Amino acid sequence: MTGYDGWILLTASLVGLTCGLVGSLLILRRMAMMADAISHSVLLGIVVAYLVTRELSGVHMLIGAAAAGLLTAVLVQWLHQLGVRQEASIGIVFTTLFAIGVVLIATKVGNAHLDVQHALMGEIAFIPWETVRVPGIGDIPEAVLMLLIVLAVVGGLILALYKEWKITSFDPALAAALGLPVAFMHHLFMAMVSVTAVASFDAVGAILVIAMLITPAAAAYLWTDRLSVMLLLSGLFGVASACAGYAVAWLIDTSISGSMAFATGVLFLVSSLAAPRHGVLARRLRARRAGAAPSRAQRTTGA
Amino acid sequence: MTGLSHNAQWVLVSTLMLGSAAGLVGCIAYWKRQSLMGDALAHAALPGVVGGFALLGFKSLPVMLAGAAASALLGALAVAAIRSHTRIKEDTAMGIILSVFFGLGIMLLTIVNRMPGGGQSGLDKFIFGQAAAMVRQDMLVMTAAAVVVLLVVLISFKEWKLYLFDPAFARGLGLSGRLMDAIWMTLLVAVIVIGIQAVGVILMAALLIIPAVSARYWTHAFSRMLALSALFGGGAGAAGTWISTLGDGWPTGPFIVIAAAGMFLVSLLFGLRKGLLVTAMLRRRQVRRLRAETVRSETLAEGEALP
Repeated sequence: MTGYDGWILLTASLVGLTCGLVGSLLILRRMAMMADAISHSVLLGIVVAYLVTRELSGVHMLIGAAAAGLLTAVLVQWLHQLGVRQEASIGIVFTTLFAIGVVLIATKVGNAHLDVQHALMGEIAFIPWETVRVPGIGDIPEAVLMLLIVLAVVGGLILALYKEWKITSFDPALAAALGLPVAFMHHLFMAMVSVTAVASFDAVGAILVIAMLITPAAAAYLWTDRLSVMLLLSGLFGVASACAGYAVAWLIDTSISGSMAFATGVLFLVSSLAAPRHGVLARRLRARRAGAAPSRAQRTTGA
Repeated sequence: MTGLSHNAQWVLVSTLMLGSAAGLVGCIAYWKRQSLMGDALAHAALPGVVGGFALLGFKSLPVMLAGAAASALLGALAVAAIRSHTRIKEDTAMGIILSVFFGLGIMLLTIVNRMPGGGQSGLDKFIFGQAAAMVRQDMLVMTAAAVVVLLVVLISFKEWKLYLFDPAFARGLGLSGRLMDAIWMTLLVAVIVIGIQAVGVILMAALLIIPAVSARYWTHAFSRMLALSALFGGGAGAAGTWISTLGDGWPTGPFIVIAAAGMFLVSLLFGLRKGLLVTAMLRRRQVRRLRAETVRSETLAEGEALP
């Protein structure tokens, strides 16, 4: 039993870590709702990959999902260039792609292995049973292997292009002036988000992956002003909420992925109150202190 | 309408009214640049629906819808609080509220489905919408609420126009921005709450966004855009519902969204004001005129130079 729980905790932690890393860049690049869109359209990619290959293997699903994610990014861009507002084009593209995915499941693949419930909420409880044999290590769950690969790729890309991500995220105009391939980085990042979304898909499902992507990163953003610290904290918060969510789900016997999403929310709430510089309490305190005693600058100028 | 049962006709009427109301409210959302707010609040309604059921222990639509309204409003307040009290931007705040509230909803849903009688509650239907599962009373409630929303928007048409396009002038005339904000939020939540049963919490956003954007391709006038958006929304609602009755247990929401997307595609291509075809024709005509003008001025210049 400990092995079973261990695999689930490992899977959840890997999801938290990978999503936390990608999520940090995501909110700094102001693309939170784009993640919402991509995580929805990943469903269509998976369904189409299944319809074409008739099997639910990791690799096919990964390719299908990455393609669907890129398709979403490209369609949103295209509509935006045609004069549709950014948020409206996001709304049109992902609802339509998601609707097509649901219709395909409900009408064609319905009695197969794919079901809508699974797609939405994930089935982390089944993950330890679907194992693959890795030479030299032994049997490990397929989802864990996939998450490890994705974490290595995503983490490697973030580290290797750290300076480039920093500049393109904080000052795209400067990045373009320096000759950095801003558009290419944008699409590369979209692909990273899609791959992360699909690797986490089995564990937490299409909608709750948004919680893992956005919320820990937003909480970390309140604690620090440094990108490196934010990446670390965000990954840590992701792992912490994944473990806390699993504990809560075990205690009151409910959906694991739902509890994980809820745990990220609690973590964000605590951060928004208690964070040292950008938290609500710190701000209140600063405001009160400033009101009670005029700052040195005010005193010296005699204002 | 031949071949449709009496019940199915009622479903058609109610989704038609719902689509029209969503189209109108979506127009306002479009000009307020808050298209995705509807998405966040629709997801945020889920814990309220389930909580309403858990509170009573049996299915009562008014209580569940009241719960949905309460949790959607709470979500709206939370987005506003995050935006004004922290340095998190609105889109990130919407993402947080959307996913965390949905997660809570899924937690509650899992617990409720284990309760005695919970399995047959049909709560799952709120995720993708199942118009066919609605009973007569539900449809009456839905239709009446949609009519109220329609009337509120139509009666205060002038105020909306001012509020959206010239807020400074509106304030000068004594129109309270906060009151209009409150009415706007109420309308949005109302449409979402009456819509989730037919369209589902995940796809409700489409009915708020797609008709308005489609209508934009046909006209520049706000009044006509409202009318068209209501028409498109109603049409998509009815068409999607009708298609979903063709199969056994097909969800309504996705078909409504696909119908709306079809209308958007037609508008994008053939829209009279901004459609791709018209724009291409205009550009071509302009190029031809420019070319003709340059040729004429060149010959004139040569003529002048000759003698």
